Amino acid sequence: MSVAPPLLAVEGLTKSYGGIHAVRGVSFSLRSGEILALIGPNGAGKSTCFDMLNGQNKPDSGHVRLLGEEITGKKPREVWRMGVGRTFQITATFATMTVRENVQVALISHGKQLFNLFGSAPNFDRGEAGRLLELVGMGGYADRPCGELAYGDLKRLELAVALANQPRLLLMDEPTAGMAPRERVDLMRLTAQIAREKSIGVLFTEHDMDVVFEHADRIIVLNRGTLIAEGSPAEVRSNPQVQAVYLGEGLLYDAEHREGASA
Amino acid sequence: MAFYVVQFLTGLASAASLFLVASGLSIIFGVTRIVNFAHGAFYMIGAYIAFTLTERLSGAVGFWGAIVLAALAVALIGVLVEMVLLRRIYHAPELFQLLATFGLTLMVEDLVVLIWGPDDLVGRRAPGFRGAIDFFGQNIPSYDLFLIVLSPVVLGILWLLFQRTRWGVLVRAATQDRDMVAALGVNQKWLFTSVFAVGVFLAALGGALQIPRDAVHHAMDLRIIVEVFVVVVIGGLGSIVGAFVAAVLVSELNAFGILIFPKISIILVFLVMAVVLIVRPWGLFGKPEAAARKTPGLTVNPWRPLTSNERLAALAALVVAATLPLFAGNYALTVGSEIAIFVIFAVSLHFLMSVGGLASFGHAAYFGLGAYGIAFLAKMAGLPMIVCLLLGPLLGCMGAAVFGFFAVQLSGVYFAMLTLAFAQIVWSIAFQWVSVTGGDNGILGVWPEKWAASPSNFYWLALGVAALVTIALRAMVFSPFGYALRATRDSLLRSEAVGINAKRIQWTAFVIAGTTAGIGGALFAYLKGSVFPDNLGISLSVDALVMVLLGGVETVSGAVIGAIVYKALNIWLVSQTDLSKLVLGGFIVLIVVVFPKGIVGMLEMLAQRRRKASPPGSPLIAKPIESAE
Repeated sequence: MSVAPPLLAVEGLTKSYGGIHAVRGVSFSLRSGEILALIGPNGAGKSTCFDMLNGQNKPDSGHVRLLGEEITGKKPREVWRMGVGRTFQITATFATMTVRENVQVALISHGKQLFNLFGSAPNFDRGEAGRLLELVGMGGYADRPCGELAYGDLKRLELAVALANQPRLLLMDEPTAGMAPRERVDLMRLTAQIAREKSIGVLFTEHDMDVVFEHADRIIVLNRGTLIAEGSPAEVRSNPQVQAVYLGEGLLYDAEHREGASA
Repeated sequence: MAFYVVQFLTGLASAASLFLVASGLSIIFGVTRIVNFAHGAFYMIGAYIAFTLTERLSGAVGFWGAIVLAALAVALIGVLVEMVLLRRIYHAPELFQLLATFGLTLMVEDLVVLIWGPDDLVGRRAPGFRGAIDFFGQNIPSYDLFLIVLSPVVLGILWLLFQRTRWGVLVRAATQDRDMVAALGVNQKWLFTSVFAVGVFLAALGGALQIPRDAVHHAMDLRIIVEVFVVVVIGGLGSIVGAFVAAVLVSELNAFGILIFPKISIILVFLVMAVVLIVRPWGLFGKPEAAARKTPGLTVNPWRPLTSNERLAALAALVVAATLPLFAGNYALTVGSEIAIFVIFAVSLHFLMSVGGLASFGHAAYFGLGAYGIAFLAKMAGLPMIVCLLLGPLLGCMGAAVFGFFAVQLSGVYFAMLTLAFAQIVWSIAFQWVSVTGGDNGILGVWPEKWAASPSNFYWLALGVAALVTIALRAMVFSPFGYALRATRDSLLRSEAVGINAKRIQWTAFVIAGTTAGIGGALFAYLKGSVFPDNLGISLSVDALVMVLLGGVETVSGAVIGAIVYKALNIWLVSQTDLSKLVLGGFIVLIVVVFPKGIVGMLEMLAQRRRKASPPGSPLIAKPIESAE
C-alpha cells in the first residue's frame, strides 16, 4: 500500500553533548494544516530537538524528512528553501531596517534576487510585503524602523517574515515567550487561523500550558530527551506519566521505573 | 644540521617578545573586549624608556632594574590612558575602540621621534649575557638562550597569577561574564584598570627585552602589532597558551621561511594563518565568540533613496565642482583630483563597512593593488590608458577576491585584524619583491596620455569617475543585493533563516569594495605618475577609516563629505606642520570620543530633532494591550 508521506517525519533523532543524552530516539510526524505542540520541562531537549529540524544543529543519528525528502544535515538556509519557515525564541530581525524592508529581504531571497545589484529594492514586491504585514496585523507599521518595535510586534513581524516564502511548515520556538497574556492568545489564534487557511503544518514549543491546550491539535511530550507521550490535548492531559513529569518528584520516580521496565 | 638547530633556537628567542606582547593583548581583550591597537606603541615606548634608563643606570643591577622599571613606567602610562580615554569608550562599537587606540599609536609615533629623535638607537648588551655559545661551530648568543628560557617562565607566572590569586579568579570570571561580576559587587573600574596595566606591562617588558637584540626605532610598533595580530588570530584571542604556541609557531615560520622564500618569507606565515582560519576560525586555542554587541541607537533614521529635490541638489553640487577649472590654478586642480580620488576610496570602504558592517583595517591594499595594476600594465605591457584604467583595478578585484574569501569567514575584531594583516602582507610583497615592484623605489613614470594630461582634463576625469562610482554604490545600497547585505549585517541568524548565504553576500561586497578601491588607486597612479609601497600602507587604510567615520558611519553617503573635508584638512595640515601624525592621531581620538556620529550624522540628527517638534504620524504602540487580570 502506498500512502503519501507526511509533511514532516522525524525518525530516531538522537543527539548527545559529551556524556549527556540531550535527545534520544525521538520519532514523530506532522500533517499539513496540523498544529503540533512540543512540550516538556526545562532541559527536556525541546530546543535541541527543534534546532535539529531546520539544520541549526546536526543530529548524531536519525532522520528528518519533509514530504519524504531528507533534510537532515542541510544548512538552515537550504531547509528554508524547501519551504520551512522559522521564528526564534528570542526574536531575530534586521534591526536597522524598517518593518517592510524586513519582509522584503525575505521576499528578495524567495525570488532569488539576492545578487541583483541594480534593481530597486524599495519597490520590490511591495504589494506582497504589504499583504503579509496586513495578514499579521502589522500593516500600519510598515515604515517603522524595526528596532523601535515593542516585543509583541517583533514576534508578529517574525511571523510575517517566516510566511514570505509560502512555507509548508512553520517551526516556532516559544512563539509567545515574553509576551503579555492577551498578546499570547492573539498571536496563537492568528497563527492557527493562517495555518488552517493555507494548510501549513505548525510545530511549536511552549511553556504556557493554556496556550498549548487551547491551540494545539496534538501534543508530544519530551522528558530527559525521550518522547513520553503523544496524543490529543485531552489524552495528554490525562496521561499519568505527563502528570508525573509536570506535577512532582515522587510520581516522576514512579513513572521512570515504569518506563525503564517497558524498554 | 647544527645550522638548523641554531635557526630553530633563534626562532624560539624571537618568540619571547612576541609572546609577551600577544599575551598582554589577549588578557586585555579577554576582560575589556577591547583590541588594543596601541599595544605596539606601548611595546615601543617600553623599548625607548629602557634604552634611556640602561644608559643612565650602570652595572648588572642597573641594567635589569632599568628593564623592569621601564615596563613599570609604561604600565603607569597605560593606567592613565585607560582612565582618561578607554573608560569613555568601553560601550562604544568595536570599530571606534580600534580607531581610538590606533589614534593613540599615531600620536606616540610622532612623540617618540620628538623625544628620542628619528635615528635608530643601539642599546647596551645585557650584563651576564654578552657572549655566544659555540654549538658545533655555530654561534648562539647567550642572550637568546636567556629569552628562550624566559617565555615559559612568564607563561608559568601568568598561569599562577590567574589560577592561584583572588585577582586572577576575578579576571577569569570577568572574561566569562563581566556583567555578572559587576552584579556581584566587584569594583569593575579598578579590575579593568589593573588588567590593562598588567597587559601593558607585558608589552613594555617585551619591548625592553628587545634592546640587546635589536636597534630601537620609531616604526617598531606597527611591525610588532601586525605580527601580534597574526599570533592572536592563529592562537585565539583571549588565550594565553594560544598566544604562546602561536608566537613560537610564527617565529619559527619566520626563521625557516627566510631559508625557503628569502624575499617573501611572510607568505609562509600567511599560508599557515589561512589554514588555521579555515579549520578553526576562532584560532587554535580560542573559543567561538558570541555575536558582537550591536551598536546602540544605530537606527535613528531608516535609510532611504534620495528624494528628487535631494537629487537635484547633489547634481547642482556636482556641476559646481565641475566648474573648478574655470577659475582655479593647477595646484588647486591637482588637489581637487586627489580629493575626488579619495572620495572613490572612501565610498568603497563605506560600502563594506557601513552597509556590510565589515570594518576593514586594510582597505588600502586594494587601492594600492589598483595602482600597481596600472603601473604593470602601462610600464611593462605598454597598453593605452583607457585599457589600463579598465584592467588595472582588476588587480584590486583579484586581491579582494582572494583575501576577502578568508576575511569574511570572520567578523568584528577578528575581521579587522585579519584585513590589516593581509594589507601588511601585500605591503611587504611590494616592498621586498624589488625585481618586480621596484621595492622602496617604486615604479616611476606612469603618466596619463595627452588627452588626460592637463590638470583640468584629469580633474574632470577624476570627478566624473568619482561621481559614477558614488552613484553606482548608492544604487547598490538600495538594490536587492544591498538589502541582503544589510540583512547579514543586522542579524546573521535571521538572514540564514531566510535562505541568505551570508558569507557569499559578504564576499561579493568585499570584492565590489576592493574593485572600487582599485579604481581609485588606478587614477591615483596616473595623478602621481608613480607607485610606491606606501600606496597600500597602513596609514592609507586608516585614512579611509577616518574619512568614513568623519562623514558618519550610519549614513548612506556620508563618506563623500568625510573624504572631502578630511583630505582637504590633511593636505593643509601636512603643509603646516611636521607633526601631522600627532595632530591626526589626536583628531581621531577626538572624533571617537566627542563626535561619534560624524558630520552627516550630526546634520541628520539636527534635522530629525527639528522634525520631532511636529507631532509624529501615528503613536508607536497603536493597539492597546489589555491586562488579562
